[in-house]
Amino acid sequence: MTRFLLRRLLWFVITMFVVMSVSFVLMRSVPGGPFDQDRNVEPAIELNLKRKYHLDWPMWKQFLHYVGPLNLDERGMFGEGDRKGEKTFGGVLSGDFGPSFRYRDFTVNDIIGQSLPISALLGVIAMMWALSLGISTGIASALRRGTGLDLAMRLAATGGIALPNFVIAGFLIICFVFLIPLFPVAGWGSIRTMILPGFCLGLVFAAYISRLTRTGMLEALSQEHIRTAHAKGLSPRTVVMRHALKGGLLPVVSYLGPATAGILTGSLVIERIFFIPGTGSHFVNSANNRDYTLAMGVTILYTVLVYSLNLVVDLIYTLLDPRIALEDE
Amino acid sequence: MPTPQGARFRRQGLAAALFVGLFGGVLYLASGARLKPADFTFNNGTEVTTLDPATVTGVPEGRVLRAIFEGLVVKDPLTLAPEPGMAESWNISEDGLTYTFQIRKEARWSDGHPVTAEDFFYSFQRFLDPRTAAYYAYQLWYVRGAKAYTEQVDEKGAPLNDFSSVGIRTEGTHTLVVELEAPTPFFIDLMGFYPIFPVSRRNIESAKEQWPDSWEIRWLRPENIVTNGPYKVLHRRVNDRIRLVKNEFYWDADNVALGSIDVLAIEQDATMLNVYLTGGADLIDRVNTNVVREMMVREDFSPVPYLGTYFYRVNVTKPPYDDPRVREALSLTIPREQISRDIMKMGQIPAYGLVPPGIPGYKGAECRKEDSERARALLAEAGFADGEGFPALEIHYNTSEAHAQIAQVIALSWQRELGIRAKLRNEEWKVYLDTQNTLNFDVSRAAWIGDYVDPNTFSDMFVTGGENNKTGWGNAEYDQLIADAAATVDPAQRMDLLHQAETILVRELPILPIYFYVTQNVAAPRLGGYFENIQDEHFPKHWYWMDDEELAAKRAGYTGDKELVDPHGPPQGMYSPAEMRRRAGQ
Repeated sequence: MTRFLLRRLLWFVITMFVVMSVSFVLMRSVPGGPFDQDRNVEPAIELNLKRKYHLDWPMWKQFLHYVGPLNLDERGMFGEGDRKGEKTFGGVLSGDFGPSFRYRDFTVNDIIGQSLPISALLGVIAMMWALSLGISTGIASALRRGTGLDLAMRLAATGGIALPNFVIAGFLIICFVFLIPLFPVAGWGSIRTMILPGFCLGLVFAAYISRLTRTGMLEALSQEHIRTAHAKGLSPRTVVMRHALKGGLLPVVSYLGPATAGILTGSLVIERIFFIPGTGSHFVNSANNRDYTLAMGVTILYTVLVYSLNLVVDLIYTLLDPRIALEDE
Repeated sequence: MPTPQGARFRRQGLAAALFVGLFGGVLYLASGARLKPADFTFNNGTEVTTLDPATVTGVPEGRVLRAIFEGLVVKDPLTLAPEPGMAESWNISEDGLTYTFQIRKEARWSDGHPVTAEDFFYSFQRFLDPRTAAYYAYQLWYVRGAKAYTEQVDEKGAPLNDFSSVGIRTEGTHTLVVELEAPTPFFIDLMGFYPIFPVSRRNIESAKEQWPDSWEIRWLRPENIVTNGPYKVLHRRVNDRIRLVKNEFYWDADNVALGSIDVLAIEQDATMLNVYLTGGADLIDRVNTNVVREMMVREDFSPVPYLGTYFYRVNVTKPPYDDPRVREALSLTIPREQISRDIMKMGQIPAYGLVPPGIPGYKGAECRKEDSERARALLAEAGFADGEGFPALEIHYNTSEAHAQIAQVIALSWQRELGIRAKLRNEEWKVYLDTQNTLNFDVSRAAWIGDYVDPNTFSDMFVTGGENNKTGWGNAEYDQLIADAAATVDPAQRMDLLHQAETILVRELPILPIYFYVTQNVAAPRLGGYFENIQDEHFPKHWYWMDDEELAAKRAGYTGDKELVDPHGPPQGMYSPAEMRRRAGQ
């Protein structure tokens, strides 16, 4: 177990380094910069803007300054005058993701700190809803295999996967905001504002989970030990809930890691439609705005999320399936 | 290996802990502090870049800054004429070069301290200091020595000149004297332009002391920022809202009606309209062209001409576009009427010049109207009869549905009328800007919104080598006329010089004008003190909610058929303390 974790940690460090350096270089090689606007700035002023954010430095120095942990600007330990050593540490390694270029009154830490809890809450709602709907329909589908119910649920699941969530969102807004005014049309605050976006965001995941549960359950139900359990005279309910479900959910569990990361960060469309100040929109906007620091910040965040969620999934796997042991990996 | 019981216990424990954690988290997050609904909510179209007046450029920032700061002058909400703001009066010397402002003695910052001439001196110095990197610094370069102060820097970016070389000084605590390079008739209007609003020296310097590492961001935090306008900042959340509340220290607080204002950052057209229609916002800044037909009949939508021009830049450094005959042929075959009528649909005016109509005392110069025959003749003269031998033309624009539609219509017309093969090329915003700056296009979509009500804000863009020229075009005579106009005191003569300059521009056509903008606001019918105007500038200071009686009177005054809609706001209205007293006294 310890060896497994250590090895994962080592890979994590390597992955992070590659992700950071590649995205750092890629972003800066795209045409257009963070301060380009439709009205051009006087060259002297532009130079000062670049100076302020160290964009006048060579790329390697900008990268070192960004990664840290040493602060390289005039306030750092190599600075001059009375500001020397004011802020010895800086950069990502010291937990400082720098100032945002687009939202200049905020640091990247502020922005992620404000938006991540919102995305997380939205994600949790969507995930709880996706799990409960997906697993229950998946089980029902597997137990009533080949019936009309199974067919209807499989069709619905395919529909859920195929329909983009903005179409569903538009449809739901027409129904539950304008025709039957139950929910506010957009915004974030009360529980009422969370229901529609949570529903839309979770729907596609519910559909996947339903398909996965059905497949997993069908496989689990055909296993020898299930037949034994039936033969022992256990009630069908006990057989399904206690013995089949555990194996049946394995595919769902392995899907949960990427799904959770996707739900936390991929809520861009839903966030825009329902005007939710979450993290999802920063993934695209920061790149469009050439907000280098914010784009780096959310990229790092995403990498950490995917990595750690996958690790959690691997750990949960061992709990669900005794046949899998981490040491053997 | 743990015992089976132990493993099971551990598993169930884990599941239970996960569930409790998730559920607890949801409850915790959902119970977070919520704000009561504001008295008034408007949508700003996007998140503001910053609240520091010195470093902003955009329209959305201006909307918030006009609520929380106040310059030496304010503008009349309808005519936009300058009126006393922080300065209760001013004097202009006879030669038009020296401005003496008397700062209002009762003016206060939101922390209760008086606003003094020293605050303006400090703010102007900060604005011009190259290290502040103010985009709009050039708007104060009309002041003597200011341009050199910003432009001449040492290798670290610090100014080489002492600030005493700049024509700004204080005389006592309440007098500010500004000396200009040349008489600048619109200088007094500029004093009401949001980048030139003052900031509190105490605010910035105490932040510098408290947080030497992060003061640049900290002084702008809602809990720290000190403002001198009708409102102050209570709360901010990126991509959500800015909550403004009435500033009780504001000198004219007695005439401010609304207690709190929310500024939303909705970017999606459909979402902002939905929010407006369900009462979540009382004023939105644009509507999608898809819904214009439905909106045009409503009482809450009345577009008026706006000081902006939509045009195409032509790259005159690239043959065959270096030939003015080719450029005129292109201009003569743009179906402007069709674009305004069928695509934009809000009453946009077809444009035949650069400067939009509506600037007092100025009559714009116009190029020839559509004439396919003349266009074909010109093209033949240039050696491309029936488009024979004309290289494929590319219309370049930033990705957007409306720009694409316009480009398609124009490309089709050029193909049909001139036999020129025209292709479309769209690029994402920042790439598009880069392409324009490097003159890597044939014809490229552009727009310009005036900063102040004067032709100069458009004309000076096309001087040879100007930062925003981006066509490669230059004309010595044009440059001279613009320079002469800047040094001319007599308004009529000055307008005439600017008109002559525009005449050269529409003859040479380095740009192809397409249409003049209109405002697109949708404003709640009950909103009072709000006027559509040529700069699309609005002043929360004057806003109030009408009561039913006043609303009925307003509706009685409509000319033509208007569809009445939900008026928003409280039926009893919401008026300023001064207005309440006036009403009670009646």
